[in-house]
Amino acid sequence: MKTTVLQKPASFYDEFVLKGGSQLQSTHYCPGCGHGILHKLIAEAISDLDIQDRTVLISPVGCSVFAYYYFDVGNIQAAHGRAPAVATGYKRSNPDSIMISYQGDGDLAAIGANEILQAANRGEQMTVFFVNNAIYGMTGGQMAPTTLIGQKSTTTPRGRTMQNEGYPLRMSEIIATLEAPVYVERVMLTDPKNIARARKAVRKALKIQIDKKGFSFVEVLSACPTGWKMTSIDSKKWITDVLSKYFVPGVKKDDSEDRDPVITLHPDPHFEEYHELLDIKSLSDKIKGVKLPAIKEMVDEIKIAGFGGQGVLSMGYALANITMGHNYKVSWLPSYGPEMRGGTANCSVKVSDKRIGSPMIDNPTVLVAMNKPSLNKFADLVQPGGVILYDSGLIDTPPARDDVTVIGIPATDEADKLGSTKAANMVMLGAYAKIRSYLSQDYVLQALPQIIKKKSFHKLNEDAFLRGMKLIK
Amino acid sequence: MSKVLIKGNEAVVRGALLAGCKNFFGYPITPASEIAETAAYYFPLLGGTFLQAESELGAINMVYGAASSTSRCMTASSSPGMSLKMEGISYIAGAELPCVIVDIMRGGPGLGNIAPEQADYNQVVKGGGHGNYSLITLAPNSAQEMCDLTMLAFELSDKYRNPAVVLADGIIGQMMEPVEFPEPVQRIPDRPWALKGTADSHNLICSIQLEPDRLEEHNLALQAKYKKLAENEIRYEAIQCDDAEYILIGYGIVSRILHGVMEQLRAEGIKAGLFRPITLFPFPTPQFEDFAKDKNVKSLFVSELSAGQMVDDVRLAVNGRKPVNLHTRMGGNVPTVKEIVEKFKESI
Repeated sequence: MKTTVLQKPASFYDEFVLKGGSQLQSTHYCPGCGHGILHKLIAEAISDLDIQDRTVLISPVGCSVFAYYYFDVGNIQAAHGRAPAVATGYKRSNPDSIMISYQGDGDLAAIGANEILQAANRGEQMTVFFVNNAIYGMTGGQMAPTTLIGQKSTTTPRGRTMQNEGYPLRMSEIIATLEAPVYVERVMLTDPKNIARARKAVRKALKIQIDKKGFSFVEVLSACPTGWKMTSIDSKKWITDVLSKYFVPGVKKDDSEDRDPVITLHPDPHFEEYHELLDIKSLSDKIKGVKLPAIKEMVDEIKIAGFGGQGVLSMGYALANITMGHNYKVSWLPSYGPEMRGGTANCSVKVSDKRIGSPMIDNPTVLVAMNKPSLNKFADLVQPGGVILYDSGLIDTPPARDDVTVIGIPATDEADKLGSTKAANMVMLGAYAKIRSYLSQDYVLQALPQIIKKKSFHKLNEDAFLRGMKLIK
Repeated sequence: MSKVLIKGNEAVVRGALLAGCKNFFGYPITPASEIAETAAYYFPLLGGTFLQAESELGAINMVYGAASSTSRCMTASSSPGMSLKMEGISYIAGAELPCVIVDIMRGGPGLGNIAPEQADYNQVVKGGGHGNYSLITLAPNSAQEMCDLTMLAFELSDKYRNPAVVLADGIIGQMMEPVEFPEPVQRIPDRPWALKGTADSHNLICSIQLEPDRLEEHNLALQAKYKKLAENEIRYEAIQCDDAEYILIGYGIVSRILHGVMEQLRAEGIKAGLFRPITLFPFPTPQFEDFAKDKNVKSLFVSELSAGQMVDDVRLAVNGRKPVNLHTRMGGNVPTVKEIVEKFKESI
């Protein structure tokens, strides 16, 4: 004769040591509470499905905050409502784990409504057990997002009204409208028949995750005799007669037969490849046969300004790269914050043989002005003895400064002649290089295609740079 | 070593990946978005995960989950986003999980603006969430340090099982400078406490302790850890402080400006030195005590992009023994060298 030994599932601890106290065999749940039943169904399923060691259970905030007292698995206790986000984080880090997000109605449908919706919508590989008892149990019987209209709680002493609190949220129905979830069912813990149905749902939900099919969600209508101020028997009757009429049990969505396993393959490059994959490549490694001029003692503070689209940021970027390649210290700072006004862009490039303090430039030694507003804005700030390069094709009146060198460069016109307005910035760069004469022309010509990678610009930029140099007598 | 001209915000991501970080969870916010964007590109290439979370709350709680595993993880945000993350940060600190949080500070309070400020000092260094906790806080002042201190943040975070913040401002994040990237970290420390999905790792990650005695014990253990951090991990940079009569103090972008101030004052024959805290927690209190006792030192001058937050820690350390002067700017305004030189001269 076959005998069946009835015993506690191995996924429960033998003794609930973490709970403490003298009653190490019993839970902290009240008599008649549904959590104990659901815990047992889950623990049995974990053992029977042989997933105990890779299961991570997230305990929420609410009565089941202490779920970790009981389950002999990996346990994380999460902040109120955040269990689906925590489960997401762990699962992404350890995709072979089995994630259980165990949540109550306040946790899931009120404070954590966004987290559950988003995790469900992403189709996270997790199983959610949602205990709906239409009340806040742990905090002492306040209204839950699932409290029924007319139901009294300590924060709806005259009963919930739709005018004041709105209607109870049917989370299963909401989740079932989303594309990603695989399986959504509502069950109730009322009688052996319904508990057997719940047992099946728990297993199915976990199996879907084991098969890597995606997100599953089981809502469990569960008694709270203490919060409802009823006997256990009346509580179960109330679920059957009242609660389940609004929260109708049943399968709300089941795509489990049609879904294929979702397996994300992650590349696993060797450490030696990291620098290449991260685009950490030295500019100078690509430049051959250039003898760099000796480093000069200098501080050059270059402000480059113009309309957005004139390439002022990329001119600065090119200059900063080139000077770095010449072993100068350099910083490049784009216009940022309160400087960004009126559709103009500017950047500050500092070049020095010594360590650079502030990357910001109050008084430039060189101003490259590509349009009139920029010239007006910065011309007076240029240091005495400095240089102003302005686009004389676009700016009709030169700046009225006699203590600086003012040079008009028809950069845009020259660039147009070479084939594209966009190369005006490189004409200016050529003019700057000629005036300052500390950069190797060979280096610049080899470096530019490495810095501004777009192939159609290579020849154009070279021509424009050389043209700019020629414009300086 | 390869030297690359790169933005601070992008150097953070490369530093993180070179430190072995595998998971990035973030939410877009100016001026930190380049971190998320760069992470979105590079994390998957190196076999990691990038996930744009539904909210800052989502992001920090994903970090909480991932930090419970054996992989390194991070998030990045800017001031208003940090306010939202504080709940999760308190839990992470309470559960003693290692992770890195990058805060590219912007102007506040409220929505404020996207310009640089340093007004998250109190929120990050003193703890913006509930409970007695401290965050390892590193303050880079260059693109190079955005890489280096991100890597250090991961190291310290694992070593002390404590969240670490890289606290930078919009300018340090947006600025490009040459960065030399080190070789990748090939092995991260073992995490015997972590959930590994194995028979021997049925561990518990939590911050709840119902019994007052046990929670007090946990708090005392945390405080002991913070003391150990203070004993072993203070980092700072002191430039020309040895003979200085005046100590200029600032972190992040302000320290760069103060460098210019110091050079100008020295050129005028004023013996100024620059002291820059690199760790804001642990704060270089002993070094300030030395300044307070130093007969050479006449006064200290703090500059911040806030109403004056770090200055409280300076004053606590100096404890009235020397004048501590303050010049601040707020709202996204950044002082010029000239402005600070003038304010400094008024202060002495």
